[in-house]
Amino acid sequence: MKAVLSVIGKDKRGIIARVSGKLYEMGVNIEDISQTIMQDYFTMIMLIDVPDDNDFPVLCEDFNKLGAEIGVSVTIQHEGIFNAMHRI
Amino acid sequence: MLQNRDIIETIDMIRREHLDIRTLTMGISLFDCVADDTATAAKRIYDKVTSCARELPACAAKLSSEYGIPVVNKRVAVTPVSLLGGGRLDYAMLACALDKAAKDIGIDFIGGYTALVHKGMTAYERKFIESIPEVLASTERLCASVNIGTTKAGINMDAVALVGRVIKRTSMLTAESNSIGCAKFVVFCNAVEDNPFMAGAFHGIGEADKVINVGVSGPGVVHSAIRDMKGATLTEIAEAIKKTAFKITRSGELVARRASELLGAEFGIVDLSLAPTAEIGDSVAHILEAMGIEQVGGCGTTAALALLNDAVKKGGLMASSSVGGLSGAFIPVSEDIGMIEAAANGSLTVNKLEAMTAVCSVGLDMIAVTGDTTAEVISALIADEAAIGMVNGKTTAVRIIPVEGKTEGYVEFGGLLGRAPIMKLSTLKPNEFIARGGRIPATVQSLKN
Repeated sequence: MKAVLSVIGKDKRGIIARVSGKLYEMGVNIEDISQTIMQDYFTMIMLIDVPDDNDFPVLCEDFNKLGAEIGVSVTIQHEGIFNAMHRI
Repeated sequence: MLQNRDIIETIDMIRREHLDIRTLTMGISLFDCVADDTATAAKRIYDKVTSCARELPACAAKLSSEYGIPVVNKRVAVTPVSLLGGGRLDYAMLACALDKAAKDIGIDFIGGYTALVHKGMTAYERKFIESIPEVLASTERLCASVNIGTTKAGINMDAVALVGRVIKRTSMLTAESNSIGCAKFVVFCNAVEDNPFMAGAFHGIGEADKVINVGVSGPGVVHSAIRDMKGATLTEIAEAIKKTAFKITRSGELVARRASELLGAEFGIVDLSLAPTAEIGDSVAHILEAMGIEQVGGCGTTAALALLNDAVKKGGLMASSSVGGLSGAFIPVSEDIGMIEAAANGSLTVNKLEAMTAVCSVGLDMIAVTGDTTAEVISALIADEAAIGMVNGKTTAVRIIPVEGKTEGYVEFGGLLGRAPIMKLSTLKPNEFIARGGRIPATVQSLKN
């Protein structure tokens, strides 16, 4: 399943390393990645491919916890919601 | 390829602007539950509702997690109970079965304790409507509704008189909890058969056996889209609302289609209704104020609301071929922080609200009035509102709460029902008008002026 992982928060060292490290541990492939500073906030967006045997709610919960540890907000959403809302 | 700004926009809509799937509602036909005796019918009803909708809460949780969008309410709407059994069954026992089913599967509300008496009323439908106060007082999650008029049939004034008394009695029987029973009862003109919102949801007779209808909301998203458009023309405002409504509807359709697949039900409709909550940043009133009205209720409010309602519909219709239900902007007073403030300081009156209902969805909604309001005044208010619906070919409704023992101040309902200031109604007596009964004939639909 293709999903979008977004990280929003105050910029600090190691965000990409910790997020991508966790994805690697969980067997999730990163297909695209971009990062920018928007309105003083660090914003990273990854397009990821979550294996079908992965428990998606657990994955989301794990990244919620990781976000809390780092002090940023991490969300993972099925890419369908973005396609539905932004493509005709 | 998705653009980052689009992704951020969606995330902002959900996190900061309260975009949510307001309700995932399963419509279930109960016609195959009819039996000769009440116990068998009640058992069949309980079994059918629980077997069809058992997975509804889990499905809502799954979709919420998958798409990262909250699914706030899980509900069931059933065939109007008054249509079951032709008077042979004890309606109160069927109501208990429905309420128990709702509790046991963990859904928020179940709607369909409904009678459709827009043209005439059978003896058993009268009995059914008279049972509503006791049923609402003795159940927790069951919602009731009565359709008392349509554009084609006119307004059944015998039923209008009856529902006024039903509202008063419900208020008295639930006096200990701020007459909250009245918040679970709505009176319609031109009721729709696929509305997923409570208290007026029921599963229409033209519907399939099991259907998923979804209600999406997002007043905060629309407010955010126009908040910073200083100096923009109203044409530009309408365009911005339309684009936003498009996006909101698309998220609803996605969730509705996926939910129907998971639950093995037909996909019914997406109801794009701007349904406010009493939270800050989730107000329809604030959208109107962002257009340049000092406070909702002032002159210009009706025009601003007409623009909003129309733009929401146009955006929704472009986004989905299955837009239905009530689709538009809701103006429930107790559930909208901007409406609460305006009603409390006198800017917003019931008369102005009545005018607003002529151009928006749905009607006089969640309005608290003094406990000594008479049944005749309530019936007359319902007749006024129904006349607006009948003449304009639109759905109108009244959900009014005469709060027993209260004459001023606020009343707290809690949760999504919010809190309401006690509003003033005319005390002039319409008693003779209401006592006449009969039917207001359907109005002519040509020679419109």
